[in-house]
Amino acid sequence: MSDIRPGGPVFAPEEVETPPKEVSKSSKPASLWTDAWRDLRRRPIFIASCCIIAVLVVMAIWPSLFSSIDPFNARTCELATARQLPSAGHPFGRDNLGCDLYARTIYGAANSLVIGISTSVFAAIIGGLLGLIAGFFGGATDTVASRITEIFFAIPSILGALLIGSTFRGSGLGIWLVVISLTLLGWPMTFRIMRAAVITAKSQDFVIAARALGAGSARIMFRHLLPNALAPVIVVATINLGGFIAAEAALSYLGVGVQPPEISWGLMIADAQRRFLEAPLPLIFPAVFLSVTVLAFIMLGDAVRDALDPKLR
Amino acid sequence: MKRTSPDVLPAEGGHGDHPLLAVDNLHVEFRTRAGVVRAVNGVSYTVNPGETLAVLGESGSGKSVTAQAIMGILDMPPAVIPKGEIRFRGTDLLKLSEEARTQVRGQRIAMIFQDALSALNPVFTVGWQISEMFRVHRGMSKSDGMKKAVELMDRVRIPAARQRVNDYPHQFSGGMRQRIMIAMSIALDPEVLIADEPTTALDVTVQAQIMELLADLQRESQMGLILITHDLGVVADVADKIAVMYAGRIVENAPVHDIYRAPAHPYTKGLLESIPRVDLKGQDLYAIKGLPPNLLELPTGCAFHPRCPYRQDNCVTDSPPLYQISGWRGSACHYWREVLDGEQ
Repeated sequence: MSDIRPGGPVFAPEEVETPPKEVSKSSKPASLWTDAWRDLRRRPIFIASCCIIAVLVVMAIWPSLFSSIDPFNARTCELATARQLPSAGHPFGRDNLGCDLYARTIYGAANSLVIGISTSVFAAIIGGLLGLIAGFFGGATDTVASRITEIFFAIPSILGALLIGSTFRGSGLGIWLVVISLTLLGWPMTFRIMRAAVITAKSQDFVIAARALGAGSARIMFRHLLPNALAPVIVVATINLGGFIAAEAALSYLGVGVQPPEISWGLMIADAQRRFLEAPLPLIFPAVFLSVTVLAFIMLGDAVRDALDPKLR
Repeated sequence: MKRTSPDVLPAEGGHGDHPLLAVDNLHVEFRTRAGVVRAVNGVSYTVNPGETLAVLGESGSGKSVTAQAIMGILDMPPAVIPKGEIRFRGTDLLKLSEEARTQVRGQRIAMIFQDALSALNPVFTVGWQISEMFRVHRGMSKSDGMKKAVELMDRVRIPAARQRVNDYPHQFSGGMRQRIMIAMSIALDPEVLIADEPTTALDVTVQAQIMELLADLQRESQMGLILITHDLGVVADVADKIAVMYAGRIVENAPVHDIYRAPAHPYTKGLLESIPRVDLKGQDLYAIKGLPPNLLELPTGCAFHPRCPYRQDNCVTDSPPLYQISGWRGSACHYWREVLDGEQ
């Protein structure tokens, strides 16, 4: 499982020497990404977070590998056994409705990951594209885009998501409503970072040189600016991913996120909270899973940032 | 700006009576908060096929700004071109639409830069970057483009081109990087190549190799070469004619040998005298007194007068025109005769 390689590594990881001047026979080229990958593989934090994320991904895709009980089947719940302590066959015990806590916790991973990853990807794409356009064209385009971003920035995110969530509650979008509202409130961060990175890259000689050799605007934006401005956006998207998962839990807790009968760690925390003093375990288990997941993505983002920033090396 | 279709550009080889590239009374200003910086104040020069023009001058003399104006890569604003024409085979580039100018850039007029490392995109292999020229402008496939890239790398004499085509810019030495930059710029057989201090970032032996390469490529393709430099040593062997710039003006132009034999402007003379010479070992180096002018507040009259040993009263008030001395020889000095005769 340790050889799972999420995000970015472009080249095979063979250890290769790159003689700087001498003619090399078949050495792999050392790009920013290869260097970063080589650097990442030696970081314990990166390996640890990748392992956790790999387990979570498997858990989200094939939850039945981990639990033989199907929590969506109401017959697995027995009200009589509500808040039962861990016992054989029910390692985490049972929740307020007598459902198996372990199975529910396992099945909750899917929604957290889907919401976290898709929000992060959408926010990165929207914010990234707008940032690229604003940074490249500057002037009035930049001013308008930046002011719009500031308006979105000014909305307190929980409040904004509450508003969107409660307004479109009956829309039938399910978890995608959470994705949409978090994306709407999350893209300004990527916008700012992309815009700043593009403005830095724009004044570099190779962009001017590309223009002098006849490259048009689109080519300069996507071939010369984007690849050179991508690193900070990837870092922020990874770190934000953890934040979005936590935000999903918060929204579900507040009742505007994932709706029953869907399972989500935030929902489970909300349910368990009413009887917390009596039965703390139904709250503690999903909360621990949530924290570990968020932590894993933030650690991954940190490791990627350190690896992509040559100055920190 | 008036929209003109790209096909108004005359075909290669046509219009025999026009010079290949003519810069005519070009003015460039930068409108900054501190005021108007007059970077180029009426520069004129011409380049013909197979000819090398060296544009000589110190930092801030406007030589690079002129080149960027020709390429159309000045940031406008803050840059403004209030006056002047840049005629390519008789067509004024400044009147073309942006699309038409993009057609000119790289295909008809190309440019190479001082620092090849920063002028190459760090995240793509050199082969990708050279072949990009063919993919974008010639619609070639990736593999054909790569083949052409290897050919070009051979042509600019990069050893083991086939093995190195997939390396990244930072894996090459400075001289090799400049060769890659040159390969990219000549990829589409431009008719004019502008080299903006192509050897400044390189050590002396590599400088000579790069200049030799440029000269050879020019001989093969008969392109016009504009060589921008502050290094008189680089110029002597390869240039046909020289234009010396000071404070955004051409102060002297001449065929290359005339200028070394007998400069006709005190600034040129100062430049030649400040070259270190082996036979004067142990003596102090000559340096032109004073500092280059502040382009925000150019001196009145002749911009060089505060530093000029030939200064007379009228230099402070009258700006000298470019006096024609003979044929392609001019000097913007009221006292060019005295300078030419070496009297002081």
